Amino acid sequence: MNAHQLAGAAARLKVNIEEKSFRTSDGGTIEVLRDLNFEVGENEFACVLGPSGCGKTTMLRILLGLDREFRGSVQLPGKVEARMGAVFQEPLLLPWRTVEQNVRLALPTHLRDTSLDQLFASLGLAKMRGFYPSELSLGLARRAAIARALAIEPDILLLDEPFVSLDASTAQQLRHLLLGVWSDRPTTALMVTHNLQEAIMLSDRIVVLSDRPTHVLGTFDIRLPRNYRNEQVNADLLRAFREKFAGIRTEP
Amino acid sequence: MGLASAESDRMQRGRAPADRSKLTSPIMIALSFAVLLAAWHFAAVTWPSRSLPGPLPVFQTFLRETASGDLPYHLGMTLWRVAASFVLAMVIGSVIGVFLGSFRRADQFFNPWLILFLNIPALVVIVLAYIWFGLNEVAAIGAVAVNKIPNVIVTMREGTRALDPRYAEMAAVYRFGPLDRLRHILLPQLQPYIAAASRSGIALIWKIVLVVELLGRSNGVGFEINLFFQLFDVAAILAYALAFVAVMLFIELLLVQPLERSSTRWRRRAA
Ligand SMILES: Nc1ncnc2c1ncn2[C@@H]1O[C@H](COP(=O)(O)OP(=O)(O)OP(=O)(O)O)[C@@H](O)[C@H]1O
Ligand SMILES: [Mg+2]
Repeated sequence: MNAHQLAGAAARLKVNIEEKSFRTSDGGTIEVLRDLNFEVGENEFACVLGPSGCGKTTMLRILLGLDREFRGSVQLPGKVEARMGAVFQEPLLLPWRTVEQNVRLALPTHLRDTSLDQLFASLGLAKMRGFYPSELSLGLARRAAIARALAIEPDILLLDEPFVSLDASTAQQLRHLLLGVWSDRPTTALMVTHNLQEAIMLSDRIVVLSDRPTHVLGTFDIRLPRNYRNEQVNADLLRAFREKFAGIRTEP
Repeated sequence: MGLASAESDRMQRGRAPADRSKLTSPIMIALSFAVLLAAWHFAAVTWPSRSLPGPLPVFQTFLRETASGDLPYHLGMTLWRVAASFVLAMVIGSVIGVFLGSFRRADQFFNPWLILFLNIPALVVIVLAYIWFGLNEVAAIGAVAVNKIPNVIVTMREGTRALDPRYAEMAAVYRFGPLDRLRHILLPQLQPYIAAASRSGIALIWKIVLVVELLGRSNGVGFEINLFFQLFDVAAILAYALAFVAVMLFIELLLVQPLERSSTRWRRRAA
């Protein structure tokens, strides 16, 4: 019925979900995804943009292997078993473990003794390693979740709106931090967002989704390296995007 | 004892244990016991009788029995039975409770059994255990454990139903091994339920252990109390009983409470 397969080296992320529906509590079914097909190249940073409730989290859960009730196939990059770094919509740190323990617990065996100094330093968490999650602000907890996702040296990074519910400047700071650590060790990344400007700032490719039943409306490739992007360029890209996808409701 | 400050910390997370927050100062506790002792003493002096020895003869009996080594030996046997049946009941009850909490079908099927076991009187279980398995240690400890297991199952099943599936999903994504899942995902979430089951468990078990010893063992505090009952030696009965109660209170105060406090440390830090 469905296949959760892995390809050899030089793999891309390939998503071919033919159909995904949920049973509702009143006995009916709601079709969430229908013929959702796209790919992300190796070490590309892609953003998925779509209206609220269209099934973005559902799609990520399928990629993460948490939901296997769907028709179609997905192919993850990675050699044997894709190592997945995930930043969920909530940080989901274990409240009874410190920040450092939370990160270390996620490490695969061969990385267990690795030094995390560099990673914690670049995310500004060096002083919070011994803190419990309840002692962190949401922004710091998100950073810890990002640290956990990147510490495992993932084959693929999956992020579900990691910057929502933060004030604008904190969110912007976090975007820069994410870009920084991601650039140190690029990996195939897929990030769900509502925010078009965020997508333009971060991604090599934007995948635009429709309303339910969700499929791909189109993709917007940004070949310009990130260090050439500035406010001016981003504004132009934004205009170009709006031109291409006229009528798409997106956050400013 | 420093209870006061720890207790006020606890209050902040809204789980105010009203019964213990009233234990304010050690002085109050000492005073309260002193008054009780005095009342007992005067009662014994006013109505001199073999059936109500005063605190002093009881204390003398306690010293004599301790010096002869009898009391420590019987107390030790009883404590070992309490510990063994406690561990047995907690482990078996937790495993079954987590199982029933995880699988609805199994829970629906086994629930009537559970209700049945919850309602069998302790005495029946003990007598049947001795009849079926003989008057031996295994039967004794098993009978005590069986009395406690249904309670543990109910509590742990409740705890399992309250587990947050998102942590399990996070563990699946990051490929936690079975041991890590147990140590870092399951047990911390079940901790309040384990603590609750342990507390009520110790309280229940040490009372049942005495009955088990009375009915079918040749040592232990329960056996001794029965023996002194036949000799009508009330001072010895009181000496054994009070020594045992004191030991159990110390275990509660010095072992259970500090353990509970240290395992919930992460909760008590300010947000
Ligand atoms: N377990 C479930 N059972 C039934 N319906 C579900 C379930 N999970 C999600 N849905 C439905 O599927 C649709 C897509 O949900 P999903 O959470 O994937 O949306 P989303 O795009 O991530 O939304 P948001 O932008 O608000 O995060 C929603 O209409 C939701 O009601
Ligand atoms: Mg979502």
